[in-house]
Amino acid sequence: MTEALEGLADILARHGCDGTRLMQILRETQEVLGWLSPSTLTEIARSIGWPRAKVEGVAGFYSFFHTEPMGRYRVLWSDNITDRMLGSRELMQAMCQSLWLEPGRVSEDGLVSVDTTSCTGMCDQGPAVLVNYRAITRMTPERVDRMAELIRAETPLAEWPTEWFHVEDNVRRADILLDNTLRPGEALKAALAREAETETAANARSWREGVHTDTLGPSAVLEEIKKSNLRGRGGAGFTTGLKWEACRHAPADQRFVVCNADEGEPGTFKDRVLLTRQADLVFEGMTVAGYVIGAKRGYVYLRGEYRYLLEPLNEILSRRRDMNLLGESILGRAGFDFDIEVHLGAGAYVCGEESALIESLEGKRGVPRNRPPYPVTHGFLGKPTIVNNVETFAAAALVAARGGEWYRAIGTSKSTGTKLLSVSGDVARPGIYEYPFGVTVQQVLDDAGAANAQAVQVSGPSGLCVADNEFGHRIAFEEIPTAGAFMVFNKDRDMFDVAQNFAQFFAHESCGFCTPCRVGTTLLKNLMDKIGRGHGTQVDVTEIRQIADLMQAAAHCGLGHTASRPLLDTLKKFRPAYERRLQSLRFQPAFDLDGALAQARQMTGRDDSGAHLENAE
Amino acid sequence: MSNTFTVDGQEVPFEPGQTVLQAALTADVFIPHLCYHPEFRPHGSCKLCTVEVNGRPATSCTLPAAAGMEIESNTAEIMAKRRMLLQMLLVEGNHFCPSCEKSGSCKLQALCYALGVMSPHFDQFYPDRPVDASHPEMLLDFNRCILCELCIRASAEVDQKNVFALSGRGITKHLIVNAESGRLADTNFAPSDKAAQVCPVGVILRKRRGFAVPIGSRPYDAQPISDQAERFKPVVKEGS
Repeated sequence: MTEALEGLADILARHGCDGTRLMQILRETQEVLGWLSPSTLTEIARSIGWPRAKVEGVAGFYSFFHTEPMGRYRVLWSDNITDRMLGSRELMQAMCQSLWLEPGRVSEDGLVSVDTTSCTGMCDQGPAVLVNYRAITRMTPERVDRMAELIRAETPLAEWPTEWFHVEDNVRRADILLDNTLRPGEALKAALAREAETETAANARSWREGVHTDTLGPSAVLEEIKKSNLRGRGGAGFTTGLKWEACRHAPADQRFVVCNADEGEPGTFKDRVLLTRQADLVFEGMTVAGYVIGAKRGYVYLRGEYRYLLEPLNEILSRRRDMNLLGESILGRAGFDFDIEVHLGAGAYVCGEESALIESLEGKRGVPRNRPPYPVTHGFLGKPTIVNNVETFAAAALVAARGGEWYRAIGTSKSTGTKLLSVSGDVARPGIYEYPFGVTVQQVLDDAGAANAQAVQVSGPSGLCVADNEFGHRIAFEEIPTAGAFMVFNKDRDMFDVAQNFAQFFAHESCGFCTPCRVGTTLLKNLMDKIGRGHGTQVDVTEIRQIADLMQAAAHCGLGHTASRPLLDTLKKFRPAYERRLQSLRFQPAFDLDGALAQARQMTGRDDSGAHLENAE
Repeated sequence: MSNTFTVDGQEVPFEPGQTVLQAALTADVFIPHLCYHPEFRPHGSCKLCTVEVNGRPATSCTLPAAAGMEIESNTAEIMAKRRMLLQMLLVEGNHFCPSCEKSGSCKLQALCYALGVMSPHFDQFYPDRPVDASHPEMLLDFNRCILCELCIRASAEVDQKNVFALSGRGITKHLIVNAESGRLADTNFAPSDKAAQVCPVGVILRKRRGFAVPIGSRPYDAQPISDQAERFKPVVKEGS
């Protein structure tokens, strides 16, 4: 126990007992102690000077923090529809049987627990699991057996087969971004070389109050970003140049650059690949942004599922400091000070929303803020902050190096440049495809080897379900906008299963702040489960529509606004998938008399016909 | 155009800095709300005060008032949405009005009556929320919590005690107290705290004070809450 307390003291000291670093303190503490016990939380709260209940509330918000022991081995199966299509549920069932476990329950000896988690971003190489928050891909029945043996023998993770932890990049089509040959620092040097052509009012403005009133370079770079017409790659598509300009012009003594690497949208994994292959380019784009807006500090908010990337990314940051691409007086430019730190999330999809992400970065529960004010004026620690997607920063670095004119010539007029698509599902070649904007859905399907596709879920559950009569449409902000997910379903798939999976996802990920989303996502999930069990009627479909209406009108943030979209989309385009499950009755109660006897059957170990009520017909 | 906007055609004046809900309540125009309290900053979580501004939905408690806004509040569609929100709150917790000490002074119950919510409509969730009766003078019945966070805000901002906080996420979100044991008795909570006075429903109750005001004489017994906008007028603070 004293050893444990010493470990905790080290962690707290390393973070300066700073409450805004609570997420990192909790994660590191849990990595050492296994879980966050009541006394541990008390000690952390005391050290950072926060109310204990607030610390407990933060620990309770994130799926990857445990305030109860969850076993020395915690196995979490990625529960995206693409994992399910690859047999994840059957494999998880087999694992539970092999370990004599119920999903979600810790074994009696405190050894192991097995459960599901939201998509872990390994859809091109599923079924995937996290074991003690380390990613393992391509699960098979053999791997399940072997893993159960290793767990029973209490073999440390470090001694597990290394190939299990191997994550493929699967880059299938590369374009300007993935094919770039820029060396570290090249884009930054090009940016520093740019000087403003004319001294406009904006140029003459100090880019960092009190420092460098005579520096015109940053506004020249901003002009290139604006000229490129680069738009945010996280889904919303806000013009990057305008965001940077608004932040640059917001009066403040400090500004921040935040890279949103909380790639939580099920079916998306392109940021994982960018951070694996092009981390320098991403960091370079962040540094360019720091130069433009006058920020000294940048943060990468990395989703907890990508914990394995933390050490490699820190090594690259360290190398960049050695090369004077980070730190003080970068590349010899006096006053150009900028550094980057990687913060890890802990399993909360809602933190992909920029204001929730900032809350989380400040060590709080990831609840979206009331807006206005927006982060460009009141962001991290109340200071002007830009939050951009990983891919946006990589593209910005390209623009800094090659210029806005060059960039805007690629893609369509309203959607310039290229887009990385994370292709998964029923295709021969799942992986990353980079295309200039304007590519048709059909072209992507052909390139990925999708025979017999009936639908594509573009941009994940919160995106659009595209049916085969729409495959001629183009991927672009003005036609089918996307954050990158591209999940393909062939004609043998049941689109109701897809929608049901998404309804379960949103119910799990709602932050719970506002009534319509907190209760609405659960009501939708319950209604979909009821229809899935064959107990649904037309009344339930009408009910889904009414709840969806309310959520779209009244929810607090984008999660609640979009949570009903996959249901409405599939109802519109794949109605037979629902109708063949509906009872002809006008109404049927959700209460299932036979289902209510399940616990009694389990307790008595019976499942014969005599243990069932014949009320189903 | 002066500093006015309209709610359902009725002109409402406002002071710069006021939100739509604050200005409306000041002008005796009632817009249903639960998480809003005149003494605290608007919160925007219950969404009961959702209105339409120039045809687009908005949360009126957090929406800054602007001259010339045309706001719709008591339309059939908006009222239907509010009824659904109330039904959601009813099934999410365990609400049994006949046995609740707050019956007649409960804002959730009052709004249900005022808006014509005659049943919870949805299937009940029946959550398991044990009562905390550990404190010698106060009782916490979490079954009735609607997560408005008023007690959290009052305890932090007025009492400077931080007795309450939220934990969990989504539908499992719940109120917790500031003690390692998780018991109210182990906090410094006192009946005189502001946090003990602000609960709009029946979570935070004084022990041994049942029925001090008889049923029939309680605030919402005689008159619907919608006719009592004056109760919720923003408090004018000194110096502001």
